[in-house]
Amino acid sequence: MSGFDIFFDGNNLIRLFQGLLVVVKLSVISLILGLILGVVLGILRTTSFKVIRVVLKIYLEIFRVVPLLVLLFVFYYIVPELLNSEVSNQVVSISVFILWISAEMSDLVRSGIENVPVQQIEIGKSLGFNSWQQYYYILLPQGVIPVIPGVINLVTRVIKTTSLLMMIGVTEMIRVGTQIIENYTVKVPTASLWVYGLIFFLYFALCYHLSKLAAYVERRQVNG
Amino acid sequence: MAETIMEIKQLNKYFGTKQVLAPLDLKIEKGEVVAILGPSGSGKSTLLRCLNGLETITSGELFFKGEKLPLTDKSWQKMRTKIGMVFQSYDLFPNKTVLENIMIGPIKVQKRATEEVQEQALNWLERVGLKDRAHAYPRQLSGGQKQRVAIVRSLCMNPELILFDEVTASLDPENVREVLEVILELAKTNKTLVIVTHEMAFAKQVSDRIIFMAEGKILEQGPTKAFFEQPETERAAVFLRSLDFSNL
Amino acid sequence: MKDSIPQYLEALKVTVSLGGIGIVLSFVLGFLIALIGYFSIPILKLILQGYIELSRNTPLLIQLFFLYYGLPKLGLPLGKNTAAIIGLTFLGAAYMAESFRGSFESVPKVQIESGRSIGFNNWQLAQAVILPQGLKVAIPGLGANAIFLMKETSVFSAISIMDLTNVTKDLIGMYYLTKEFLLMLVLSYSVIILPMVLVIYLLERRQHHVGL
Repeated sequence: MSGFDIFFDGNNLIRLFQGLLVVVKLSVISLILGLILGVVLGILRTTSFKVIRVVLKIYLEIFRVVPLLVLLFVFYYIVPELLNSEVSNQVVSISVFILWISAEMSDLVRSGIENVPVQQIEIGKSLGFNSWQQYYYILLPQGVIPVIPGVINLVTRVIKTTSLLMMIGVTEMIRVGTQIIENYTVKVPTASLWVYGLIFFLYFALCYHLSKLAAYVERRQVNG
Repeated sequence: MAETIMEIKQLNKYFGTKQVLAPLDLKIEKGEVVAILGPSGSGKSTLLRCLNGLETITSGELFFKGEKLPLTDKSWQKMRTKIGMVFQSYDLFPNKTVLENIMIGPIKVQKRATEEVQEQALNWLERVGLKDRAHAYPRQLSGGQKQRVAIVRSLCMNPELILFDEVTASLDPENVREVLEVILELAKTNKTLVIVTHEMAFAKQVSDRIIFMAEGKILEQGPTKAFFEQPETERAAVFLRSLDFSNL
Repeated sequence: MKDSIPQYLEALKVTVSLGGIGIVLSFVLGFLIALIGYFSIPILKLILQGYIELSRNTPLLIQLFFLYYGLPKLGLPLGKNTAAIIGLTFLGAAYMAESFRGSFESVPKVQIESGRSIGFNNWQLAQAVILPQGLKVAIPGLGANAIFLMKETSVFSAISIMDLTNVTKDLIGMYYLTKEFLLMLVLSYSVIILPMVLVIYLLERRQHHVGL
C-alpha cells in the first residue's frame, strides 16, 4: 500500500476534512465574537479615560508576553475548576481565542482611529458633532478601513494557531492526522510524510489566499 | 443700530509659556465682512480658531449676541451650529458624496427635515455651479471644487457667522478665483463673515473692515478703503509696501 | 513546590537556548535571503519568495511534525532539538527576510544611485549604504519577530522536548498544584520575554536619538 492510498482507505479523507471543518468552525466563531469585542475595546482605548486605557493596554500586553499555548493550558486547567463543572475543550479554546483576538483587534482599531487626520475631526467639530457622532461618522468609517489588511492577517494567524488546539485535546485536523498515521505506520512506513504533508498543504491553501487578499486590499487602498 | 454678533474682551492666549495672543478686544457686527490681515505668525488663524473654540483661550471673555459663552466643550458643540468654519485644507468626508457631505450636519445635528435640507443644498450647489457634481465623491473633485462644497456645507447649517481660515492658501492658482467669487457673492447677501486671507486684492474688494495683526496683537483696525489707502500705523504701511512689487 | 525549581531552571535553559539559537540563525539566514532577493536574478527571487510564502502560511506545529516525524521516513532522522531548531529557523528566517526586505526597500533610490555612481559593487553597496540605513527601519520589525519566535518555542512541547510548557504539564500531572505551576510557567515566560521587550524598546529609542 502506498502512502497515497491512505487517503482513499476507509473514511480517512472524510475524517481529515471533518478536522478541517473543526478548524474553520472554531476560527469563525472566535473571530466573529473576538473582532466585535476588539472593535469595542479599540474604541475604548481612544477615549479620554486614562484608567480604561491603561487597563486595556495591560490586557493587550499579557497576550504579547505569554505564548498562546500557555494561555490555552491555563484556561484548560483553571476554568473547569473555577466554574466547578466540566468545560469542553472546544469551549476553552474559543474563550481563549476570543480574548486573544479582541486584544489584537483592539490594537489595530486603536491605531486606525488615531491615524484619522485631525482635519477630519475638526470638520466634525465645526458641524457641531458630539462624541458619538464623531466616532460614528468619522473615526470608525475612516479608521477601520485602513486596518482591514491587518485584520485579514489576524485571521490568517488565527487559522494557524488552531494547530495548537490538539495540545489541549481538541479533535481537529492534526490530531485526526496523527491518529490515522498511528493506524498505518506498520503498513505504510511513510504515512506521516503523506498525512502531515496533506495537512501542511491544506493550511497553506487556506492561509496563502487570505494573505494574497490582504495584499490586494492594501494595494487598492494605497492607490486611493 | 447694528447687532453685535460676536464680542471678545481681553482675550489672551498662551501656548505653554509663550504668549501667542496679547489681550485683544474685538467686535463683529451683523452683516459685516471683516478681513484679518497680517504677516505669517501674527496669530490670525489662532484668533479665528478661538472664535469657534477649536483653540482654547487662556483668559478673557467671549460674547455671542450679548450672551457670555461658558467655553466648555459641550457649549462649544452647540455654538458651532451657529458659527460655521471653512478650513484651509479643503477636507470633505472622503466616504460620502458631495450632497451627503453637505446634508449630514443639518440632518444629524440640527435634526432638520431631509427634504428641506436637500432643497437648500441643491440650491446652493447650483449657485456655486456644482449642481451636477452632487453625487460625486471628493476624490473626483478638484481642490477648488472641494472648497466650494465646503463653503456650501457651512452655509447649509444656517450659521449666524462664518469663519474662513486662509481658504485659498492651499489651492492651485487657477482654482483660487472660483472660490473667491463664491465668498464675494456671500458678502453681497449680507452674511456676517470673518476672513483670514493673504489675498490682498480680494480682501480689499470683499471686506467692510480690516483688522491688521502682528505678533499676536491687533495693531490697527478700520474701514477697508481707509486702511489700504492710508494705513495709520507704520507696521501696516510696511506690510502693505512689502506686498507691492511694482517698486522692485 | 520548591523542588520543582531546578526543573524549571532546566526548562528555562532549554527554551532560551533553543529559542536563542533559532532566533540568531533566523536573523542571519533571513538577512542573507533578503540580500539575495534584493540584488538577484528574478528566478532566484521567485524561489525565495515561494519559500517565504510556504513557511509563513503554515503553522510551526505542522512544520515540526513534518521535520520530526516525516523526514526520518525519507532516511533523514533528526534529533528533537535539531528538528526544533531547524523548524524555528525555517519559520523565523522567512519573517526576518520580510522585515529586512521592507527595510532595504525603504532606503531611498537616490542613495543607491549615488553609491553606484562612485563605483560600488553590490557587496560594498550593502555594507556602506543599505545596511546602515536599512537596519534602522528594520529594528522594530526584527524585534517583534524575535519575541514572536521565542513565544513559538512553546510549541516544542509537541515533540516532547522538556521545555517550560512540558515541564509544567508533567508537574501538574504528578502533584496537582495546578495554580502554582501555571503561575511558575507564566512567570518564567515573562522573565524571558519582558527583558526582550525592554531591550528592543531601548534600541528603538537609541535609533531616534542617533538617527539622521
